[in-house]
Amino acid sequence: MWAFLGKRLLYSAMALIGLTFAVFVLAFLSGSPARLYLPEGVPQSTIDLFNKQHGYDLPFYQQFVNFMLSVLHFDFGQSLVDGRPASTVILDAFPDTIVISVIALFISTAIGVTLGCIAAMKPFGAADKTITFVTLGAGSFPDFWLALMGVLFFSVQLRILPTSGQSGLSSWVLPVATLAIAPIGSLAQVARGAMVDSLSAGYIQSARARGYSKWRLTFRHALKNAALPIIPVAGNQAARLFNGTVIVSIIFAWPGIGAVMVASVGNRDFPVLQAGVFLVGVSILLLNLVLDLTYSFVDPRIRVS
Amino acid sequence: MKNLHDLTPGLVVDDSTASGLLGDPTLGGSFDTKSGTLKWVRLRVLLKMPVQLTAALWLVSLVVVALTIAPLFETAANVQNLEVRFLAPFSLDHGWLNVLGADGLGRSELGQLIVGTRTSFLIAGGVVVVSATIGSAIGMLCGYAGGWVDASLMRLADVIVALPTLLLALAVLFVLGTSIINLVIVLALSRLPVYMRTAEAQTRSLRERTFVEASRSLGASSRRIIVKDIAPLVLPTVLTLAMLELAGVILAAAGLSFLGLGLQRPDVDWGTLVADGRSYLTVAWWLTVFPGFAIALTALAGNLLANWVRAMGDPNQSGRLVAKIMPKGNREPVDK
Repeated sequence: MWAFLGKRLLYSAMALIGLTFAVFVLAFLSGSPARLYLPEGVPQSTIDLFNKQHGYDLPFYQQFVNFMLSVLHFDFGQSLVDGRPASTVILDAFPDTIVISVIALFISTAIGVTLGCIAAMKPFGAADKTITFVTLGAGSFPDFWLALMGVLFFSVQLRILPTSGQSGLSSWVLPVATLAIAPIGSLAQVARGAMVDSLSAGYIQSARARGYSKWRLTFRHALKNAALPIIPVAGNQAARLFNGTVIVSIIFAWPGIGAVMVASVGNRDFPVLQAGVFLVGVSILLLNLVLDLTYSFVDPRIRVS
Repeated sequence: MKNLHDLTPGLVVDDSTASGLLGDPTLGGSFDTKSGTLKWVRLRVLLKMPVQLTAALWLVSLVVVALTIAPLFETAANVQNLEVRFLAPFSLDHGWLNVLGADGLGRSELGQLIVGTRTSFLIAGGVVVVSATIGSAIGMLCGYAGGWVDASLMRLADVIVALPTLLLALAVLFVLGTSIINLVIVLALSRLPVYMRTAEAQTRSLRERTFVEASRSLGASSRRIIVKDIAPLVLPTVLTLAMLELAGVILAAAGLSFLGLGLQRPDVDWGTLVADGRSYLTVAWWLTVFPGFAIALTALAGNLLANWVRAMGDPNQSGRLVAKIMPKGNREPVDK
């Protein structure tokens, strides 16, 4: 167990250093950091002064060490727009994103797993075919388009839901639905596959022989074992949910990380972008670490391999 | 009838590839069988599944449209005609080109959709080819070399997977600027780990097999072993995987274009069209609905086919599927 934990932590640390390096290199992709931070057409003397002040004239490895040190202090420089620390700008936006992501993930897991279980009860039967088709459809519609169609239908035609903003419960419906629909598709697919395997296991046959109802068999006996492969997939959806929150922030003017990062692109606000990439990346790495550890705790076989 | 593979004794089913595509992280399809029998059964199963068959035909016809007639519409799609400004769809009064309506500048929606088909498929195809080639090459080298090279590159794959595509795109396109090439680079980069992991896992298990050892003891160089012994066995899996990836890539590219990070006018793809139509959502619904439908139908077709490939690759499911679809007397290739 400890060996596994150590190895897993080492992997995460390596991934973290990789991420830091990637965020660091970003500034050099365009040629020089001065081009990103300074307005166009400044004289060469200003650029030289800027490079000297920020240590961009040092050797590459030394710059990386300096960058790592400032990252350890959560220091990504100041926002070029309002002068606040870039990490504060991002951290302030975090709660909004987390709340809506957790709600969406919870709803999509509940619906997706239930649909997957029902589909697996009779593989290639009528219910399975319908559910497979519907969930594949859910995963195939582009989220930005579904959001727009939701606005067109519920806000413009029926006038029952607001088009944007955060006012009351009804304003949550469309954003949450936009985020939840795509994960439902993949979760139902995975749940179905795991349940088909789980339902053909010997202990299910013996439980069936004892006369348990098929609903009890599916949802109480088989689901417990099928839950294992579903956990990491639910975790993988976290990265996808971030994509969704960017879309939601644009279409529904929803506050959060997505909105801040899109704004930072518009404002050419590089420190905020850098801090955002780093913090989102770190939180997803952490989430994956926690999920992996939970997973290995539940299933001891994982620890051995 | 328990299992398709049990009934085909002549078939050498590799243990590393026979494991189903579903739920197996190494994603091994069983397409590398030399016998045509299994493929033939698969094709006949496809012909009996109307939904999946329609999906296949839809994709094939889009590719044909993209390759043949789309360039002819390049000029027609950009002709601005203020007479047909916001022309509603489904009327032939202004020529068949405007049957799906026209946008705010009077450009034909049908023409733009056809041109968009071409760019959408070029981008998705480019992304899949680039990421599959580079990813599987890196994966095979890693799996063959092992050691710290393998470990560190696989951790790199972990980092890329942890980063949401959009985050990567925001960051890279912010610095490099938006262009078709950059769009392909970003998307290919984000899809790289899928191929890296698959090729790596397969190579690692193939490396230990006797035929590789035989080559090595005959004095074959590492390069020769990778190219001649390992690559031919990894390739079919990568091809299957590439097919599965197409729908996701089309969606991702459309999403970036929608955010204005992908294509910019005068280049059009389906995502750009939805983004353009968004401003006129209340006045001209067709500008948003049609391109969105095009994206959705194509992604759905891709996903349906991928699902079919997955079901056929999973011995637990393919047997049931074949048994259900093929009438008894029609199964000779399997039952021989």
